Amino acid sequence: MLDTSKAAQLVLDDGSVFPGISFGADKSVSGEVVFNTGMTGYPESFTDPSYRGQILVLTYPLIGNYGVPGIDKEHNLLKFFESDKVHIRALIISDYSNNHNHWNSRKSLAAWLQEHNIPALHGIDTRSLTQKLREKGVMLGKLVNGTDVRLEDPNKRNLVDEVSIERKQIYEAGKKRVLLIDCGVKYSIIRNLLARNVTVIRVPWDYDYSRERYDGIVISNGPGDPKMCKATIENVRQSIKEKIPILGICLGNQILALAAGANTYKLKYGHRSQNQPCIDLETGRCYITSQNHGYAVDTKSLGKDWKPWFVNANDNTNEGMRHKRLPFMSCQFHPEAYPGPVDTNFIFDRFLRMVK
Amino acid sequence: MAKNKQKPKINKPKKVLILGSGALKIGEAGEFDYSGSQCLKALKEEGIKTVLVNPNIATIQTSEGMADTVYFLPVTPYFVEKIIKKERPDAILLGFGGQTALNCGLELDAQGILKKYNVKVLGTSIKAIRLTEDRKLFSEFLKSIDVKTPKSRTATNIEQASQVAQKLGYPIMVRSGFALGGLGSGVARNQEGLKLLAAKALAYSKQILVEEYLHGWKEIEYEVVRDSKDNCITVCNMENFDPMGIHTGESIVVAPSQTLTNHEYHKLRQISIHVIRSLGIVGECNIQFAFDPHSEDYRVIEVNARLSRSSALASKATGYPLAFIAAKLALGYSLSELDNSITKKTKACFEPALDYVVLKIPRWDMQKFREVDTKIGSEMKSVGEVMAIGRKFEEVLQKALRMLSIGVEGLACNALQFDDLEHELENPTDRRIFAIAQAFKEGMPVDAIYALSRIDKWFLYKIKHIVDMEHNLKMYSLSKELLLKAKQLGFSDNQIALLKGKSELEIRQQRKQLGVMPFVRQIDTLGAEYPASTNYLYMTYNSGQHDALPLKQKAAIVLGSGAYRIGSSVEFDWCCVNAVLTLQQLGYKTIMINYNPETVSTDYDICDKLYFEELSLERVLDIYEYEQPSGVIVSMGGQIPNNIALKLHNQNVKIFGTSPVNIDRAEDRHKFSQLMDTLHIEQPAWKEVTTVEDAKRFAETVGYPLLVRPSYVLSGSAMSVVFEEKRLIEYIKKAADISREHPVVITKFIENAKEIEIDAVANKGALAAYAITEHIENAGVHSGDATLVLPAQRLYAETARKILDYSSKIAQSLQITGPFNMQFLAIDNDVKIIECNLRASRSFPFVSKVMKRNFIDIATKTMLGKPIPPFKNGKLSYVGVKAPQFSFTRLKGADPVLGVEMSSTGEVGCLGKDLNEAFLKAILAVGFRLPKKTVLLSTGPLKTKLHLLEACTHFKELGFTLLATEGTHKFLKEHRIPATRVYWPLDKKQPNVMQFLESGSVDLVINIPKSSEKIELDNDYIIRRMAIDRNIPLLTNEQITRQFAHALATVKPEQLEIKSWQEY
Repeated sequence: MLDTSKAAQLVLDDGSVFPGISFGADKSVSGEVVFNTGMTGYPESFTDPSYRGQILVLTYPLIGNYGVPGIDKEHNLLKFFESDKVHIRALIISDYSNNHNHWNSRKSLAAWLQEHNIPALHGIDTRSLTQKLREKGVMLGKLVNGTDVRLEDPNKRNLVDEVSIERKQIYEAGKKRVLLIDCGVKYSIIRNLLARNVTVIRVPWDYDYSRERYDGIVISNGPGDPKMCKATIENVRQSIKEKIPILGICLGNQILALAAGANTYKLKYGHRSQNQPCIDLETGRCYITSQNHGYAVDTKSLGKDWKPWFVNANDNTNEGMRHKRLPFMSCQFHPEAYPGPVDTNFIFDRFLRMVK
Repeated sequence: MAKNKQKPKINKPKKVLILGSGALKIGEAGEFDYSGSQCLKALKEEGIKTVLVNPNIATIQTSEGMADTVYFLPVTPYFVEKIIKKERPDAILLGFGGQTALNCGLELDAQGILKKYNVKVLGTSIKAIRLTEDRKLFSEFLKSIDVKTPKSRTATNIEQASQVAQKLGYPIMVRSGFALGGLGSGVARNQEGLKLLAAKALAYSKQILVEEYLHGWKEIEYEVVRDSKDNCITVCNMENFDPMGIHTGESIVVAPSQTLTNHEYHKLRQISIHVIRSLGIVGECNIQFAFDPHSEDYRVIEVNARLSRSSALASKATGYPLAFIAAKLALGYSLSELDNSITKKTKACFEPALDYVVLKIPRWDMQKFREVDTKIGSEMKSVGEVMAIGRKFEEVLQKALRMLSIGVEGLACNALQFDDLEHELENPTDRRIFAIAQAFKEGMPVDAIYALSRIDKWFLYKIKHIVDMEHNLKMYSLSKELLLKAKQLGFSDNQIALLKGKSELEIRQQRKQLGVMPFVRQIDTLGAEYPASTNYLYMTYNSGQHDALPLKQKAAIVLGSGAYRIGSSVEFDWCCVNAVLTLQQLGYKTIMINYNPETVSTDYDICDKLYFEELSLERVLDIYEYEQPSGVIVSMGGQIPNNIALKLHNQNVKIFGTSPVNIDRAEDRHKFSQLMDTLHIEQPAWKEVTTVEDAKRFAETVGYPLLVRPSYVLSGSAMSVVFEEKRLIEYIKKAADISREHPVVITKFIENAKEIEIDAVANKGALAAYAITEHIENAGVHSGDATLVLPAQRLYAETARKILDYSSKIAQSLQITGPFNMQFLAIDNDVKIIECNLRASRSFPFVSKVMKRNFIDIATKTMLGKPIPPFKNGKLSYVGVKAPQFSFTRLKGADPVLGVEMSSTGEVGCLGKDLNEAFLKAILAVGFRLPKKTVLLSTGPLKTKLHLLEACTHFKELGFTLLATEGTHKFLKEHRIPATRVYWPLDKKQPNVMQFLESGSVDLVINIPKSSEKIELDNDYIIRRMAIDRNIPLLTNEQITRQFAHALATVKPEQLEIKSWQEY
């Protein structure tokens, strides 16, 4: 019976230690420790490039239940994932399901994490850990699996550069052409555009797109501090001048804000969940949204030509903005979902209506 | 945002009528007390006047301080119209009283009554309700919005049904429209089976549905909330452990879903929202899916456009107050205008994130019924449920199984035997979960168990973990690591003790020494993202720190009543909640421990701290030691807390009120009997036996009939009356299985006696309040099934005096402080005591409400040593009648006769100016329909025939056509009462009783059981069962039949007074 699995631990910057059992790759890593309260969708979450550099704590205790799907492709994109890589630095959970079951699963979560060289711990009191992060804010931490490592702040690196595409790629799907600035794009954003018969020109985060032919711009989600994306901000500032329709998503919302002269700041512990209520200030309607961000746009800093579009019903932070006259819009949440509710999918339609 | 803080403006109604669900029955139970109570709170906050119609007198919602006006009258269009005419409400709510309220509302609308009196339906419109209720319209509507439903056709007769089945292919599912809890539905595997099912279903509903049978598909539910501004959220999704084919009320259910991927979860969520928006639901509703385990194919099974059992469960599982919010939305608020009542910081417009897992298991009481079919399937048979909270599936499964209090220790350490394991896995009964564990023990592989049960392998693996741990505990010495792991998988100290050959308390001691302790965790709706301001708690070993600080102050724990089951239901919840309210008035902080999701006591706004936890010695001690309160109240939650009173006392737990040592003196037959002897109070002769010889010897001394039962039980579980030696021997042999620890008690069964009860409160041994009620039925009918009258109408003054005298003596000698209940037999003025419970009883809410004196309030004050007002037993100018609600229609095959075993599932209490008026209201309130034309009589042995002669004369004079079986016919003829002779079912001669029953031409069946020949017993059984299956009113008791005939002859139904409780 006796457990052959290996004891390992999570050590936080404040010195607190959470002992657990290792079930992923056999290595030690450091990162920023963040929590997500979603109850389903781990294959999607772990491949979301916005998690770059982060040690992810899942508050829902039972993980791994339905295994991990295969690497089927559609439009030359992995069908069941949000990128080609597992981006989380490490995974921290309470109860790992040693035995999974699902018709579409091809391997266990443990096997998949090991394959991608991602360490993971189970048997952690994730509720206590989350409470600590809630009270003290996100903090650095390390998963120590044998050899110790130094704490490193991933936000000091240009994480976007690490996850963005290396060279331009085109996905043909129709006459309308959208330029997608890949700051760490989730495949579902591309899928949503393709499903609406839009050709997607996916370019690196710092790509000079002045010579490209396109009808609108989407600035994608991505990891880290938006202020690191100086080149993107500069390019977008130019596009604003050219009055090209722009949609910003998540990090894209922040980049658009910065390009428009507004400011961004770091949240205490961010929004990472699938149940964030956002109120559309134009209609009063409330939407349940999927979110993954640690920084936010400072609403007060918005210029007079801009107005907030959505606001978070729980903490009143900015969840999106619009230009009062011109075709620029953005949202802080993920209208493409995956994981999470797809209620705000209409954002893509709204945007595409503005695109010529 | 300042904008959000303003009170939104809505057009509020001034006076709202709320329909309750009536008596608790299978398929419609305590969950509607929870939803109705929350609704009343929500309206009260708005300053809206409320009028409630609900004859269920034992509910919280019908208590003082809830609705402004309460009518203890039947929830039927007839009575509700009269109430509307009198009260003139401007709006009505139909969604808080289950199917009863919904059906009544639809009928009120169809008859034009709502329009006539200009009563607006709040929340979901009648049109939308109709769409969800009519299966054909529903399925066509979903088709029109591109949503899949099971392939099906409706049928209005057997022939048509059979044609449809042919087309779709067997096996096939039959469902009836407009029915709660899947009544009249089932799976037919061939034409013969289909004909049987269809005939039965058509008896309840004009239209049935024949549909594809989705064997082995997953069953998933979503609870959806939508406001009038079209905001729409899913508060919770739930997955059935048992696949399709088993009614969700009969399934083990887990929340959130465990086996769905993100894509699947959100696909179904999206369809839910699409359907609910298209239907135009405003408020709360439930949608059920069948989901293919091998693809993403789905079918929408049904939508309940009202609060339901599932929504009560979802509320407790997530902490999201669905009923409260639904009421606010019905008034016109939008979701984003309402607060999250757990965090008080965030909004109601969100979807809870759980950081724990919740499991519900139904509680069945099949062994209470003779002849009942124990298979579980598409019809509801369970009478209650439990919910466990934890952080591992294994943990919640074991916790929940213990909570059922059916004598199992969890999944492991049970000694259940299965004759045919494979059959048990494939054909589920209430014991299937144990069969799975047994199969693993016998080495059956997961795949084989899956092939038979179709239960998702993920669940099966988890069960295997428990079985493996049981093995490990047996094999290895108890290290701290092993102990912790076992506790994390939900093993109780007692389970470990059994495996280690130690006592529970030894393991507890060892565990504490090793520092293996549970932690207190909080339900906060947001996975710890925001702090919670309420104390909705559970305990787990899968944690490392506590969420809530101990109270350590003037505080009291109230132990709840656990799962609703036959003999213990909403009435004990009423007692618990009222005790909490009094404690709060007395300045105590209150802690409630209970695990029944259908209750008001488990609403987190009732007490200062709610522990949704086991009522076991282990867990109560854990909580007591952590919280260090002033003491514990054990006398409100029925027998479960009573059973651990002495054990708690022995662990130095302070018990408020009567000393547990004296509780034990009343519970222990020997001690109690000795006491009665010294007090010179007579009891029927009795003896404890463990052998057949002892039993025979006793029988020879006192003579038959005898009452036999195991000791230490509530509601007469496995009790029986035996008239002859053969049956006595059979019983003793069978009883040995039921309880090895306790011997069988044989008591002389006294026939033709009246039964009288006293519900009372004593203070340091002196009577402080009391109510004497009489049963209409003679002794021999379980007190829970009896019809009670208060004040007693036919009691001799001397009998009453003796009962009061005996009660005073017993209270004095047991030094009772708190509630108690005693039952007596009386023949003339010869009074014997038969039962004494030093706790609140089933009838406390009834007597409290009839007398308008809250006995629980008085009892709680005495237990806390607080002053109580003097008690005056003034004369009442009206009469209260409590009548039982039976659910025999639900229990295929069960013989619907009354006996010493309790079989009713609920009750009503009605008030009237006299006994006849109150009686008629009460039986109408439990669904009895008054006969219009034809009455079928089989009046039993000669003695009852004579006793019922007057009743038969009344029936004749009322102009009914009388049909009578052989003996009754002859007897009536001799007494010049014209009747048509009908042959017995087994006579196979015409005119046969069966043909009258089948054609629906009989309005009332009176069948008094005889205790003679087998064939006559069979004939009687067939008639009774047919009456039940054909939904024909049935009377089987002589005294009730007489009372009924007398009431009908004296009171015209249209003269029944429409008076609110407050007007009496």
